[in-house]
Amino acid sequence: MTDNDPAQVFRVEAQELLDQIEQALLDLEKSPGDADLIAQVFRAMHTLKGSGAMFGFDALAGFAHACETAFDRVRKGLVKATPKLIASVLAAEDHLRALAEGKNVPEDEGAALLASIEAAMAAGSPAPTAPEPEPEKSWRIRFSLARDALVNGTRPLALLDELRALGPCEIAPLTGDIPNLETLQPTDCHLGWDIHLKTRHPRAAIEEVFIFVGDDAALTIELVPLASAAGHVVSEAASPVAANDKPAAAQAIGYTVRVPAERLDELMNRVGELVIAQSRLKQVVAFSNDANLHSVAEEIERLASELRDSMMNVRMVPISQLFGRFRRLIHDLARDTGKTIDFRTSGETTELDKNVIERLADPLIHLIRNSADHGLETAEERRAAGKPDAGRITLSARQAGTEVVISVSDDGRGVDLNRVRAKAERSGLLAPGAPTSDAEILQLLFAPGFSTAEKVTNLSGRGVGMDVVKRTVESLRGTIDIANRPGSGAEVALRLPLTLAIIDGLLVRIGQGRYVIPLASVEECVELTTDQDQRSRGRSFLTLRGQLVPFIRLRELFATGTVPDKYQKIVVVSTGSERVGLVVDQILGDHQTVIKPLSSFHAGIGTFSGATILGDGGVALILDVPHLVAAGQQQEDRLRAAG
Amino acid sequence: MIEKDEIVWDQDGQIKVLTFDLSGETFALEANMVCEILDIQSETLVPGSAAIAGSVINFRGSVIPVADLHLAFGFDAQSVTQDSRFIVIELEHNNEACVIGLKADKVHEVTTIDHRTTEAAPRIGTRWRQDFIRCLAKRNNDLIVVPNLPRIFNICGHIQAGTQH
Repeated sequence: MTDNDPAQVFRVEAQELLDQIEQALLDLEKSPGDADLIAQVFRAMHTLKGSGAMFGFDALAGFAHACETAFDRVRKGLVKATPKLIASVLAAEDHLRALAEGKNVPEDEGAALLASIEAAMAAGSPAPTAPEPEPEKSWRIRFSLARDALVNGTRPLALLDELRALGPCEIAPLTGDIPNLETLQPTDCHLGWDIHLKTRHPRAAIEEVFIFVGDDAALTIELVPLASAAGHVVSEAASPVAANDKPAAAQAIGYTVRVPAERLDELMNRVGELVIAQSRLKQVVAFSNDANLHSVAEEIERLASELRDSMMNVRMVPISQLFGRFRRLIHDLARDTGKTIDFRTSGETTELDKNVIERLADPLIHLIRNSADHGLETAEERRAAGKPDAGRITLSARQAGTEVVISVSDDGRGVDLNRVRAKAERSGLLAPGAPTSDAEILQLLFAPGFSTAEKVTNLSGRGVGMDVVKRTVESLRGTIDIANRPGSGAEVALRLPLTLAIIDGLLVRIGQGRYVIPLASVEECVELTTDQDQRSRGRSFLTLRGQLVPFIRLRELFATGTVPDKYQKIVVVSTGSERVGLVVDQILGDHQTVIKPLSSFHAGIGTFSGATILGDGGVALILDVPHLVAAGQQQEDRLRAAG
Repeated sequence: MIEKDEIVWDQDGQIKVLTFDLSGETFALEANMVCEILDIQSETLVPGSAAIAGSVINFRGSVIPVADLHLAFGFDAQSVTQDSRFIVIELEHNNEACVIGLKADKVHEVTTIDHRTTEAAPRIGTRWRQDFIRCLAKRNNDLIVVPNLPRIFNICGHIQAGTQH
């Protein structure tokens, strides 16, 4: 298994640490001098150095050490965290990333980066002020370590020695947490310490001693008024309060397990098969009179559906994972375009299937780049238009029914429809002078090879992109909407299904074949009487509460060669604002659908987005609703054009 | 275009094959590409697909296409009999590994073909497309056809827009 490869374990850890560093640095840019953030960067660098050396990434460890040393000076207040310094540490972080991934990096690159950090520090260092000697104070410090601290290599003695170096100490052990001998684990750390320290050093100096102890240690530092400081440390024998406090604290810390994604996918497949087997069981049991069998079958049905739901939950991850990555992108975009960008995010807690999240990263990067490069105006243009200097890009996510809507919007100039049209006419995508609606012109943005940028920049405008965005989103069974407000911005909204693997479907029969329509897109079912069927020959429209809805006779589209049922049904489906009716012979009921992909022989047909296995072991094809709706709309447009 | 349609003979110039019948002719497939032989089960037609792979079946929980070689060799599609089987094979198609069920009227046995008994498909004298055949092997008084599956699927596997069954 790959998870046994120590280098791989380190890479995953390094990635996380580097992400932490990056986030903290970007936050630091907004609130320079935030001691917590500085300490966070420092700690992460330190851990990276340690693990790097342990796993044999010597070049990385060396470089991290140099960065850590540099940042230590920021931490001690000798150097200010100027934007220039942050930028060069960010560059160094990229270098670390490359080292962690084992790429071949020229050695002088590291040296150059270190030199730039040095230069930034030299510029940002204030004249060191001699710290004023503080009066001696008395502190009471209590700390206890996590159970596994000793196993993980923490040495309490070293900590106590460091405290002793600060000033005279009285130290007493807290033994209240030591369990009975029969339950004692000799490798666990059950001791706590109560320390009474007199020192001239500030509180920060004491906290610094514990900087590497980690978050699961309990630490309290109190200032003791000197008058009462005559009192000495009491070694408490199993005070009930202290004993009860600690387990609670330990429970509060969330416990997570890292699992390779393949194992999760495999589990998902098993659950999918279980759901299929369960629906077969349900069918078999329907023919039986055995009450016991019925109750067991119901029990299994309940369990299977609960298992499915929890499995879904396991795969759901908050979208903040993805949004976090874009802050760095904005930082770089602002630098490269020279525009000030006010980046806002909302709905980071919205959850989405992890596979969907992974595949969304590139499309969103592209959309954000487009907004920054094409959408936002320069500061002068913005001032002339009466807008604030800083352009705003908003990334938001929210759940709407069984879909998640992720939108990228900006308050820039919006899409210039005339330019899009001119460009499309020049590149032959549109016949000159052809009558087109605004919505159709916006759709041209997604045509392959389309780009309005007059000159190709590094950021966007290479003409590859929007069509790739569209394709990726469609492959995730999602859709894209653009809302254009000329002069005041544009918004691109991606609508995505919550999950890829299982959907609720409506099982229908057309001729001899059975098909599944995703239930989320079904609006209603109505009957198509023979009368209506006869009358509507040739124009295939249905009046639904005063609105004309085009419909498609699937029996004809699929050329089943069967006679229509006497009571045909129309299933009205919609994507966003567009509706179309699908004429089927019979509605069989709802069906939990585990989506199976079609092979390359059938993937290109378009009418079907996949297949599923039914309770009796047969296969039903899943209708691709956006595709059918588009076909229905074309039919409508043709008829409208014909008069 | 170079296609992977050469037969890989072993050092003795032999190869193990599975023989089966299509409309009375004997055909053979390399045994190492065969995954399993299935009893006939009900197929699901895929409207709009190419005629040669017009349906799908459930094979151990995944949905695989069914190909009917009768059509590639100009035979009439045969009705299902007691002897009909699906031969499940693994093959590269459009650059991805693809599991396919092949319809066979009857499956015989795994046997060995010797390089020396084979010859290329003659240019004339057969009613089949020459490029659909890798070679013909003589056995007793019989002739075994080794079809060129990648070639057949490349030519016939494309979806013909507008054609439906």
